[in-house]
Amino acid sequence: MPSTIDRISASTSRTPSRRAIGRTWHHALHVVEWQLMAFRAVWRSSVLTSFVQPLMYVAGMGLGVGALVNRNASSTSALGGVRYVTYLAPGLLATTAMMVASMECMWPVLAGFKWQRTFHAMVASPLEPADIVLGEAIYVGLRSLLSAAAVAVALTIFPATRSSGLLLAVPFAGLCGLAFGMPIAAYAATRERDSAFPAMQRFVITPLFLFGGAFYPLKQLPVAAQALAKFAPLWHGVELCRAATLHRLQIGTAAVHVAYLLMWIAVGLVATVHSFRKKLLI
Amino acid sequence: MGDQPIVARGLTKLFGDFTAVDGIDFQIERGEAFGFLGPNGAGKSSTMRMIGCVSPRTSGDLSIFGLDPSNDAAAIKARLGVVAQQDNLDEQLTVVENLVIYGRYFDLSRAEAKRRAAELLEFVQLTERSKSQVETLSGGMKRRLTIARSLINQPEVVLLDEPTTGLDPQARHILWDRLYRLKQQGVTLVLTTHYMDEAEQLCDRLVVMDGGRIVAEGSPRSLIDDHSSKDVVELRFEADQNEASAPALHGIGERMEVLPDRLLIYASDGEAALQEAHARGARPQSALVRRSTLEDVFLRLTGRNLVD
Amino acid sequence: MTIALRVIPPVIRTARRPQRMIERSLMVYRRTWIIIVSGFFEPLFYLLSTRVGLGQLVGDVSVNGKVVDYATFVAPALMASSAMNGAVYDSTMNVFDKLKHSKTYDAVLATPMGIGDVTLGEIGWALLRGLLYATTFLVAMVMLGTVHSPWALMAIPACVLIGFAFASCGLAAVTFIRSWADFGWVPTATMPLFLFSATFYPASSYGKWRPLLQISPLYHGVALVRSATTGTADWSILGHATFLLAMAFFGLWVGSKRLNRLLLS
Repeated sequence: MPSTIDRISASTSRTPSRRAIGRTWHHALHVVEWQLMAFRAVWRSSVLTSFVQPLMYVAGMGLGVGALVNRNASSTSALGGVRYVTYLAPGLLATTAMMVASMECMWPVLAGFKWQRTFHAMVASPLEPADIVLGEAIYVGLRSLLSAAAVAVALTIFPATRSSGLLLAVPFAGLCGLAFGMPIAAYAATRERDSAFPAMQRFVITPLFLFGGAFYPLKQLPVAAQALAKFAPLWHGVELCRAATLHRLQIGTAAVHVAYLLMWIAVGLVATVHSFRKKLLI
Repeated sequence: MGDQPIVARGLTKLFGDFTAVDGIDFQIERGEAFGFLGPNGAGKSSTMRMIGCVSPRTSGDLSIFGLDPSNDAAAIKARLGVVAQQDNLDEQLTVVENLVIYGRYFDLSRAEAKRRAAELLEFVQLTERSKSQVETLSGGMKRRLTIARSLINQPEVVLLDEPTTGLDPQARHILWDRLYRLKQQGVTLVLTTHYMDEAEQLCDRLVVMDGGRIVAEGSPRSLIDDHSSKDVVELRFEADQNEASAPALHGIGERMEVLPDRLLIYASDGEAALQEAHARGARPQSALVRRSTLEDVFLRLTGRNLVD
Repeated sequence: MTIALRVIPPVIRTARRPQRMIERSLMVYRRTWIIIVSGFFEPLFYLLSTRVGLGQLVGDVSVNGKVVDYATFVAPALMASSAMNGAVYDSTMNVFDKLKHSKTYDAVLATPMGIGDVTLGEIGWALLRGLLYATTFLVAMVMLGTVHSPWALMAIPACVLIGFAFASCGLAAVTFIRSWADFGWVPTATMPLFLFSATFYPASSYGKWRPLLQISPLYHGVALVRSATTGTADWSILGHATFLLAMAFFGLWVGSKRLNRLLLS
């Protein structure tokens, strides 16, 4: 049976007056502010994951393996006529955003409920679960954008990966990050322990990183694996980023990819609000 | 010698420039409950760690079972039980596994370790939680499990560093009861505490420590007799009036202590002292006559309270 | 004999019951064996991805003068990398909590166990787990057709050696770590090793940078494992093995000394 608070919060968020929406934004920004403060403590190691690691991948895989790939004319045509490093680089924007966002939505979310109980403290203030979730979403979106931007900066170092399309690829990667972050946050909020997270990384994130279309065309995979890869948001993010940096963006296809990512984000948001409510308003 | 499992002479521990333990002498008799009483930072835990062979002494002599901790740590530890100040149970294991693996560290056979584990769980009343993860136990249960663990090797001496700090009153009483039973079985108990009630309850003999030194030694009763009066009158005046009320009461009883929140008069007859105070026109908000405790001994010896 | 003994740090020499530490790990993982099983999949995914993905794009590569397909070339490197990653994980994340938070080692040291037992026991566990992973990975390689010589069996001891080198250095490193946030830096060490140890392309591709490969311990590991699985071993493997052994004992010295200082002060 829902409590009074639950019903009140449900009614405010279901029939949003203009004032209520303004308040939600305002509240959500408090959450973002708090998150950014916490982020300041660890930003150094995150520069590492979003800047140095992609840089190493470009140098190691892009250039090194690239030299082996480029020997074969047939391979170059399979990659759409571009050098391997040029093909690989934009995919790293999407994979990095995916990894950063999914990390942010696993342990930190559980910590907010269990170890640090920040969300419980927040909900004791005028903040409501929906405000907190919106704040989380804005923060995770920002983190995804930031990490994709860091990758983009790294990519401007190499002539073969430099492209004005990176400007467009960054927001695409941001969407891709959110499309992972929100559903994962919804799931993380239902957990009591962190035991499932490493498995999620091992059996979802890593396979997508390897088989999600960033390193080689999806066509090389068996049909069933292709379907799985296309179901996840990553491939759509990779395709968008790649089309942007190679200046091959087609409005129709791009719109479909973006819509698909937005659908994941929307479903994720609704599910996260639901699981946050369940945890916070007992 | 044979009946003194632990003897220390001039025992000293330095951490850099800081003197944690400053040349102390003590000996512990077999079968007694011996206490180190003192506030935080008095050097009690450092002393315990040296006895437990996990902290090399800087200078002085320390003999445990007639052995030297710097040469025969493993042989000494085989005969000791240790309950550290901070719970350090193995959180990755269940309650019973904690005991069994600990027994294995002491080279017990697996069957023997299991047998003793079951027996000890019974002793500390945790048999029903045997399969639980340690994480799910309450503070008092964790403490009891730690004590059970320290007994797995049937030690001759058990070291307990602040065994009841952080526990609620009920959990403390259960624990004291178990420790009392151990003592009855002839196990030598060595404990540190900054609770005077714990020291009075458990210790046959204790030393009072302050600033790394031993400032007094004896049984709880003899310490009180030697360093305090029989009774204490506690007077509480209005805020900030304790200090101002003191001169008028001068000369009543044997001694007076002015504390921020109250005024203490030490006297052999508390009731008479209180009447005298009233006769002199003192109008405290509350007045109480009680027996002297180790707290008063500590106050007398160091000018400070045990628990701040 | 005495010189051989002197390579071993003094506290290690006094170790009498390191197997108890391993027994403890077995007790822990008896319930959480799924974590161990799942750890096997990551390198396997990399192997599969190489086979269906990059392998098709790259074609053939030459190893010590022998031409092999790309998956055959990369598989041993992945095997060596996973030995490194496993050992680093086991000796850092796994040890840090017991060292700083749960105070597990403090409890262990209150018993007849000593620093040597803890050090050897934890490294021993890392090696045992590494042995398990190496064996299963080799089986997977055989099934995927990336093994071409019975000498491939030697890849297993090679992986144990890699594990020994990285586990003991990891143990030494973890004694310097202050908080969980510091673990964000572990990939700073392992990722460049993973990418730049002749893992994904032959040493000849490194051109003028090639001499730098020599300072990568993983390069020596990859070279050992690759010469085993492709059956192209020569005398250079002695040099590679010596490098890893030296690294293992260096870590053992620093690690046991530091643990002694942290736990018995």
